[in-house]
Formats: sequence, structure tokens, C-alpha cells
Amino acid sequence: MAMNNLYLQLFLTFSKIGAFTFGGGWAMISIIQREIVEKHKWIALDEFLDLLAVAQSMPGILAVNISVVIGDRLKGIKGSICAAIGTILPSFLMILAIAIFLTPDTIKNNEIVSRIFKGIRPAVVALIIAPVLTTARSAGINWKTVIIPVAVALLIYSKIPYISNPIIYIVLGAIGGYIYYMRSLLRQGGKEANDD
Amino acid sequence: MIENYLKLIWAYLKIGLFGFGGGYAMLSLIQREVVDSGWITSQMFTDIVAISQMTPGPIGINSATYIGYVVTGSVLGSLVTTLTVVLPPFILTLIASHYIEHHRQSPFIKGAFMGLRPVVVGLIASAALLLMNSENFGYEIQERVITIGICIASFCVVYFTRVHPILVIILAGITGLLVF
Repeated sequence: MAMNNLYLQLFLTFSKIGAFTFGGGWAMISIIQREIVEKHKWIALDEFLDLLAVAQSMPGILAVNISVVIGDRLKGIKGSICAAIGTILPSFLMILAIAIFLTPDTIKNNEIVSRIFKGIRPAVVALIIAPVLTTARSAGINWKTVIIPVAVALLIYSKIPYISNPIIYIVLGAIGGYIYYMRSLLRQGGKEANDD
Repeated sequence: MIENYLKLIWAYLKIGLFGFGGGYAMLSLIQREVVDSGWITSQMFTDIVAISQMTPGPIGINSATYIGYVVTGSVLGSLVTTLTVVLPPFILTLIASHYIEHHRQSPFIKGAFMGLRPVVVGLIASAALLLMNSENFGYEIQERVITIGICIASFCVVYFTRVHPILVIILAGITGLLVF
């Protein structure tokens, strides 16, 4: 493949991934891996996993972050822009079309659509309850640590000004985790503590 | 007019910058910015989540595109909002990937993620709690019995089987059409 085509290839590959994966980040990982590592052989698997770890540790949308690290690895910043636009464009166009034709008023005023959505809304809530339990399990939540997610959920739910802002708990969680980690390192004898 | 744009940009900068833990964890953040600020109702927010589940692409992008259009009424607003939500993570990810060795060894990243894990569980739970309201479950008792039934049935299907969430949404929609 000609090198000057790699930008286009990145864009096309990621727009294919963006157009055909439902459910965002986690669902996308295996498909991205198949396209990038197995089909195009752009990146070796171990390097892909390293880049994936970087993408996961950054805020924002995982699928976009993965496209950024892979685009950047192959073609620098311009490559990452092509890959990111590829990921975003299909869902952007599709949702834009929906936003134009399926406005909130249409949902409310069209009798059939309104009945369909009345049935869908409680199902959406169920779709959000399910990952609470699966992530709690994978995070290793036990009877001692369950206080953290319970407190976070209730404080955000409380709607008390400032206190209910989720950003507070994201920042506190990150800082708290860092302090806890450093203390456990120091207790182990401080072997790794001066790494950074 | 320009005020709407600035508010959207500010809201989605925060969502992009603090959106840790995936789409579901971002919901409470998005909800706070767009529902509590009065741009859309909680019901509309739920509808956007449903639409987002049924269309390809990440929910962070989908909500930005939809809300950008609803608030400004223009394609430009939709585009600006979508680009805003990806900009901070785009820059941060780019920087991190250039210092990948340093990044991987960083005790701050390791520790921060250990601390974020239980918080993410709470964030998702808060999003679920905030959506359990009359707007989504109905105001009358008969309606509530049906919607709570749909919620419990959907939960069991999603949690205990490998049935795809899209199928669950479609079945719930058909149920709604038949019973309401």
C-alpha cells in the first residue's frame, strides 16, 4: 500500500469500525484489534495492548482515544486526526439525521412513537442497572468497599448543590487512589516508591 | 445565541475531560450538565440514551450530536458540541502516547485508576437512580406497574442471558406499543 494512502486507509478503517459497532468502547476493542492487528497488520499485538492501556487511562470516549493512539503511532498527529474523524463521522451523521427528523416534539406528539418510547424508557433504566453489578464485580467491590459506590451514588442523586457534582468524586477517587497506592508502596519498604 | 454555544462548549469540555470509566459512567456527568441545566427533560435524556443504544457509535458522541442540535437548532451547534467532547481527551491521549513508557510506570496513573474503579460503580448507579422517576415510569399506578415490570424483565434478560441490548430495547418498544 502506498504510504500517502495511509491517511485515507486510517480514515476508512476507523469509519467502518465507527459505522458498524454498537455499544461504544468495549464492544469496539475486539473489532479494532481484528482490523488493525490481524487484517492490516499495522501494529503488533503487544504494541496494540500497550496503546490500548494508554487510551483506557485517559478520560473521554474510549473508541476515539484508541483511534487517536493508533493514528498517531502510524502517521503522527495528522494520522490521529484522520482516524478520530473516521470514528466520529458515521455516528455523527446518523444521530444528526435522527435529531433532525425525530425531534423531542415528534416523540411526544406522534401517538405510535410516544407509546413505543413509553415501553423503551424503563428498559433503558434496566440497561444501566445491569453494568452497576457487572462493574462492581470486576472492580472487586466487597462489604468493606461497597460504602464508596453507595456514598457516591447517593450524594450525586441527592441533588444538593455542589455536593451532587460527579466531578468531585472522580477527582477524589483519583487522588485517594494515588495516596492509598503510595502508602501501600511505602509500607512494602518503598522499593518502587521513588520510580517516578 | 452565542451564549448557547458557549454553554454547550463549557458543558461538553467538562464531560470530555472528566469522562472516566466508559459510556455508562459518563451518563451521570452528561445528565448533570444537560438535564439539570434545563436544556432537555429527564425523559428526553432517556430517549437519547435509547437512540444511542440502537445506533452505532459511542454514547458520548451520540449525546453531544443530538443535544448540540436540539439546543441550537443547527447543524453547526451539533458539530461544535461533538468536536468539543473529543477535544480534551484527544490532546491528553496524544500527549500520553508520546510518553508511553513514562506513562506506564507512573504511580499516579496506577493509583488513580485503583481509586477510580469503585467510584465508577457509583457513577453508573447514580445515573440509574436519577432516571428512576415518574417521567420514565409514568405518573399513574397502572402505568407504573407495567413500566416496573418491563424494567425488571429487561434487567433479567440483560443480566442473566447473552441477548443483545438492542433486542431488549426493540422488545420493550413493541410491548409499549401493545399495552399503552
